[in-house]
Amino acid sequence: MTSPDIAQDDWYPVAIAAMLTAGAEQRVTLMSHTLRVTRDAAGKATVTDDHGTARPVCEAHGHVWSSIGTPPHPIFSLPEGVQDGRRLVDCGPVRVKASPLRVVENFLDIAHFPFVHTDILGAEPHTVVAPYDVEIRDTVDEVWATKVSFYQPQAAKSASDGIVTEYEYRVPAPCATILYKTCPPRPAEMDVIALFVRPLNEELCDAYAWMALFDDDTALEDLIQFQQTIFLQDRSILENQVPRKLPLDPRMESPTRADKTSIAYRRWLKRRGYHYGAETRGV
Amino acid sequence: MSLHLYDYVLSGNCYKVRLFLALLNQHCDVTAVDFFPGEAHLSPTFLEINPAGTLPVLTDGDLTLCDSAAILVYLAQKYDNSGTWHPSTDAATSAWIQFWLAFASKLSDTVGQARLHDMLNLPCDIDATRTAGHRALRELESHLSEQGFRGHRFLIGDTPTIADIACFPYAALAPDGGIEHDDYPAVRRWLVDIRRLPRFIEMPGIHRLHDQADDPTP
Repeated sequence: MTSPDIAQDDWYPVAIAAMLTAGAEQRVTLMSHTLRVTRDAAGKATVTDDHGTARPVCEAHGHVWSSIGTPPHPIFSLPEGVQDGRRLVDCGPVRVKASPLRVVENFLDIAHFPFVHTDILGAEPHTVVAPYDVEIRDTVDEVWATKVSFYQPQAAKSASDGIVTEYEYRVPAPCATILYKTCPPRPAEMDVIALFVRPLNEELCDAYAWMALFDDDTALEDLIQFQQTIFLQDRSILENQVPRKLPLDPRMESPTRADKTSIAYRRWLKRRGYHYGAETRGV
Repeated sequence: MSLHLYDYVLSGNCYKVRLFLALLNQHCDVTAVDFFPGEAHLSPTFLEINPAGTLPVLTDGDLTLCDSAAILVYLAQKYDNSGTWHPSTDAATSAWIQFWLAFASKLSDTVGQARLHDMLNLPCDIDATRTAGHRALRELESHLSEQGFRGHRFLIGDTPTIADIACFPYAALAPDGGIEHDDYPAVRRWLVDIRRLPRFIEMPGIHRLHDQADDPTP
C-alpha cells in the first residue's frame, strides 16, 4: 500500500522542541512531503508544507508534532512526561533505512536483548522470555504488554549490577511506542523510555528516542550515549530485515510465544487499516 | 598520571582508542561528549580542550593528543609492553604503519562520511562519497588478499598492529553508510580475525562474535 490513507491523519514528530529555537527553521520530510518547521519570537512553533499551507502543530513529550492530514484526535497523553523530579532526555533523531513499523516492532521485542545488546540489556545464557500479558485496550485503542520481566546485566545507566527488570510496553499510536521499566534508584517508580518515529517514506524513517527518568546522578551525556548505543545496535539489524516493510499477513512469518506483543501490534495495525510501511500482500 | 579520553560512543575514531585500550588491558577514565544531538564538541568548554573541535581527545598528565592516529602511536609506544602493536624493527615496517594510518583517514573521510549522512542526516554528496568509499575498500581488499597469499592475516605481517586498529572501525561500519561488504571477501575475513582478538570490545554497528557451543559429544 503506498497511499498514506489513515496514516496521514496521525501526529508525527518533526523536531526536538528544545532544539527549535526562536527564529530557527528546520526542513524535514514527512511521508514524502517537505515541511518547514519554525518557531516565532513569541515561542510558537509553526509548520508549513510545500505550498506554504499551515499544517497542524502541537508540542508534547519533548517534541514538535505535525501531520500532513487532519488528525481527528489530540496527541496521546503521557502524564509521566510532566511528573516532578524526572529528567527529560532528548536523544536525537537517528535515520534508519527500514519501515517505521519495523522500528516500533523491534522496540517491543525482548527476545533479541541477549544477542544484540549483549551484556547491557541481556546476556547469555539468560535468554528465556518468561510468559507475559498482551492486550489491545479497546477503551483507549492502544496495545499494552504487561508483566514483562527479563534478566539484564546493565538495565540502565544508573544500574551497576544485573537485575531482573520489569517492563510494560505501550503503543499509543502506530509510530510511537513507550516502555515503562524498573527504575533502579527509585523502586516505586517506573522509568519512561519512548521512541517516536517519523516516516520519510514507507522504508525510511527518523527515530527520536526520548526518556523521562529518575536519575539525578548520571551525566546527561552518559544518559544520551547509553540510549544511542542501544538504538544504534538495533539499527544495523533493522536495516537488514527482509522484507523491508512489516508483513501483516500472519502466514509470512512464524512467530513464537515470545512475540506476542508483535502479533498484537500487527493485528491492531490491520484492524485500524494502517498500511503505511506495511507489506499487505495476502491480507 | 592517568589516561583520560573525551569520547563519543558512535564515533569510529573514538572507538579506535577504546578498542586499543581494551586490547592493551589499559584503564582509562572516559568523559562522554554530546556530539549528537547536543553538538557539545563545538562548545566553548570543549574548544578550550581541543580548538579543532574534533573527537577523540586523549590526555595523559600534561599531554593532550587530538588525533586518533597520534593517540594510537602514543599508546602503543608507551603502554604496549609486548612491543608488537607498533613494531619499528625496520624502515619498511615503520613506513607501512604510516601508510595505513594515513589510509585510515581516507576511510573516515569516505565510508565514515557516508555513515554520518545515512545515520545522522549530515549533508554530503552521498553518491560521490559512497563511490570513493568503495574505491578505498577495493584498495584494502587488494592488499589483504595479497597478504592472504603470503599467509599473513593482518595488514602488516601475521600479528595485529595499530595499522589494523586504525583501519578496522570504518571498514567494519561501512554498511551503516550503505556500502555493503559483499564484494570484499578478504576484508570480511580480516574483520572477523580482529573481532576474534582476546579482549575485543564492540561498538554499536559492530557486533561481537558470539561463542559457538561445542559440538555435542556423540
